[in-house]
Amino acid sequence: MKEEPVIYELSSPGRVGVQLPPLRKPQKGIDEYLPTEEIRDELPLPEVSQIDVVRHFVRLSQLNFSIDTDMYPLGSCTMKYNPKINEVTGRLSGLSAIHPYQPDGQIQGVLKLLWNLQGLLSEIAGFPGVTLQPSAGAQGEFTGLMLIRAMLTEKGSPRSKVLIPDSAHGTNPATATMCGYKSIGIPSGPDGEIDIEAIERLLDDDVAAIMMTVPNTLGVFETRIEKVCDMAHTVGAQVYCDGANMNAMVGRVRPGDLGIDVMHLNLHKTFSTPHGGGGPGAGALCVKKHLIPYLPGPTVAIDKDDQYFRQHSLSKSIGKVHSNMGNFGNLIRAYTYILSNGKSGLKSIADNAVLNANYVRVRLRDRYDLPFDRTCMHEVVFSGTRQKALGASTLDIAKRLIDYGFHPPTIYFPLIVPEAIMIEPTETESRETIDRFIEALVAIADEAEFDSSILRSAPVSAPLGRLDEATAARQPDLRYSPR
Amino acid sequence: MTYIPNTDNDRRIMLEAIGIKSIDQLFSDIPESHRDPDLKLQEALSEMDVLAHLKAIANENESLEQLLCFAGGGWYDHYVPAFVDQLMLRSEFYTSYTPYQPEISQGTLQAIYEFQSMICDLTQLDVANASMYDGGSALAEAITVAVNTTGRTRVVIAETVDPAYASVARTYASPLDITICSAKNFDVGENGVMIECQERLRSEINDETACVVLQRPNFFGWLEDYATVIQCAKRCGAVVIVVGDPVSLGLIKPPGELGADIAVGELRHLVGPPAFGGPGAGYFATTSKFLRSVPGRIAGRTKDNAGRNGYVLTLRTREQDIRRERASSNICTNEALVALGATMHMAALGKTGLQHLARLCLENAHLAVDKLTGNSFRLGTNRPFVREFPLKCPVPAHEIVDSLASDGILPGIDLGQFWPELSHHLLVAFTEKTNDKAVDRLINALGAME
Repeated sequence: MKEEPVIYELSSPGRVGVQLPPLRKPQKGIDEYLPTEEIRDELPLPEVSQIDVVRHFVRLSQLNFSIDTDMYPLGSCTMKYNPKINEVTGRLSGLSAIHPYQPDGQIQGVLKLLWNLQGLLSEIAGFPGVTLQPSAGAQGEFTGLMLIRAMLTEKGSPRSKVLIPDSAHGTNPATATMCGYKSIGIPSGPDGEIDIEAIERLLDDDVAAIMMTVPNTLGVFETRIEKVCDMAHTVGAQVYCDGANMNAMVGRVRPGDLGIDVMHLNLHKTFSTPHGGGGPGAGALCVKKHLIPYLPGPTVAIDKDDQYFRQHSLSKSIGKVHSNMGNFGNLIRAYTYILSNGKSGLKSIADNAVLNANYVRVRLRDRYDLPFDRTCMHEVVFSGTRQKALGASTLDIAKRLIDYGFHPPTIYFPLIVPEAIMIEPTETESRETIDRFIEALVAIADEAEFDSSILRSAPVSAPLGRLDEATAARQPDLRYSPR
Repeated sequence: MTYIPNTDNDRRIMLEAIGIKSIDQLFSDIPESHRDPDLKLQEALSEMDVLAHLKAIANENESLEQLLCFAGGGWYDHYVPAFVDQLMLRSEFYTSYTPYQPEISQGTLQAIYEFQSMICDLTQLDVANASMYDGGSALAEAITVAVNTTGRTRVVIAETVDPAYASVARTYASPLDITICSAKNFDVGENGVMIECQERLRSEINDETACVVLQRPNFFGWLEDYATVIQCAKRCGAVVIVVGDPVSLGLIKPPGELGADIAVGELRHLVGPPAFGGPGAGYFATTSKFLRSVPGRIAGRTKDNAGRNGYVLTLRTREQDIRRERASSNICTNEALVALGATMHMAALGKTGLQHLARLCLENAHLAVDKLTGNSFRLGTNRPFVREFPLKCPVPAHEIVDSLASDGILPGIDLGQFWPELSHHLLVAFTEKTNDKAVDRLINALGAME
């Protein structure tokens, strides 16, 4: 690959890439508007023409793998097709050219969309209360635990512990810390489900919440979830569900019906808003009735004349978590997606996502170790231990998949599976594509047996070979400086 | 269904391979009594009907396409050149995931590195991360960094900081035994001119202060003289956090030169219309001494196994998925695509363009003030301002907002909604769009309100 220079290296004095209106004539000095000591001396940004910028970023884009290029089976990330209509509706100027401080009377459409989306998510997930404010799943977790904290504080004590199964999502322990809680791990049982006896042992009246992921990160549905909720409620604790894996359940079960108190939904996973190379996301939070008074404000309400308004005065609210009312652009897209799928379409999402994952499970289980060989939900977790013994680690398998044209699965997660390979095909891949993916992993298993060095030297077809991450961390080079 | 390629025949073949008869069997782990609820939802709309429905909802709004916008408060209605959105629509950017596999994510990674470089240049600080959710959470996380690095729990926030940011910061601080003191660093004079009062801010700062949060230009648009406040903070060993509008930074002294340890702010207006306030992107920049405490993702330059330059996510041991419960931030997904758009726009503006853009805002704002002379509206500050100022009005500001709506003008933000004593103050903001003609329309419409 031809190396793409840093944009600063394309700089040539005098170039500019944007055609702005002219300054006023006769031109006055900046010091006629601002005191000299307030004016900045120099702004060392690059000087490039528009075509330089366009070519640079188009070239950079060509170095990326994406859903629109090929299958992206990242476990727990739900890299499904992002329908193009969502990009059209998300850009309608009547929805995007809206200022957050416009009066309610001017933005009835915005508030109606928020109201409608809250209603749809409430019905889909089975919770009466919804806030659309959190910007991502992790901020949804934070908001959810904060609501629990506020409710318990009002009852006398926020309590000090949150129980988190070892099969939960990676952000959960850090979320507990941010909310002032100590994380206590719950081990998984031999069936891949949360260990009920361990919960019995750990649960006391100082536990604020059990924070679990359903289906968990082993791709296993927690069959004893109702019992877990009962146990928690008996000691006055709450159950938080990380909803990153909702794609397995949508239309098939409403998590709220199972006894869960709070749950976030990653709209950028289940509801197809694009990941954007790492964001923006949207982490709608769904709550049971008893937590509604604590929701972040403002919320959307409707008056007797059917006028929507922002309700600011929520006396028990935990306060704002977002500068405004959330990532509205993503909310438009998720709303579009739900309407495009409708009742039957949503169910067929879970049906086909789970079918595809189980198909991968049975087709690959002879070639890769499957620590929990049971019906999985939307994702399946293999272990690369057999290949590791032959000299090819899970990292090597992942990198070799790149040479076969696929994005690697999530690897080394969940932590409880050694050499974990976590595959989530999603419902938007065809059987032929999945077959191709399976064949690639079979071929890689063959290569591991034949000559594992092929895997260790992968990828060979990507723009770059493996990168030196150790040096990157030891001698951080985090910004351009002329050299 | 449109987005699902499997046909009945595919499903039959796959069920056979699995060794089961129906898809229902795959869901037998779900408690039977709750399986397959009868959701009260409509069936699917066609793409054509979905678009019509969304357009109808959009038409119920009065958008900034129809209104002349003088509202700001951190959200500015800039013209963003067409190429920015065109490039953000590259599938390879917007349908990719977080760049955890660097060999096939160099586009995103190099763009983040360039973003970090530009934020460092803009703020004159040493390191920047790959973005935060928004300005508000960027501030909240900056406070956490200050608290963790100083071991102190008292936070002083100037009253002139964006109230939405301060509100988010309070939420984040509340479970962590952090005390937030809001210092009322302004007064309102009899003639309605807001006067800065840094003494009150200084008196809140002491040896127990973890950080002092300031904003420049402040929420009201003017430039406060923070020199003594910053000196005082430094003397007490407190971290100085400065919130700031990136466009104004094209003209004014950057936070790094003022002595800021951390700079945060919002980038949305460099990327597109305000989108009802999200998604935006928060920037976060700091000095190298806080490098290991920076929240979120950071890209770094390194070499591949053939010695070629390449980029990776680095210093990962700070992050939630590795540090787990010892991480002080749980941020995972950030605002990468918005940050990418800001990077493209900042690159195209460049050294002279960003200054030019800021000057257009500056000139338009000052033109408006010149034209106000002679009527009963008054400039509500005696300090220098860049693109925004409080306007003291003869009638309550909310009346002006309501009344000018019928003229197709969004004249600003009623400050009375945040501060009851500012009920007659309108916060008026300017961009390159609010040119001579627009300013005339505003002044004429205001004139009718006297």
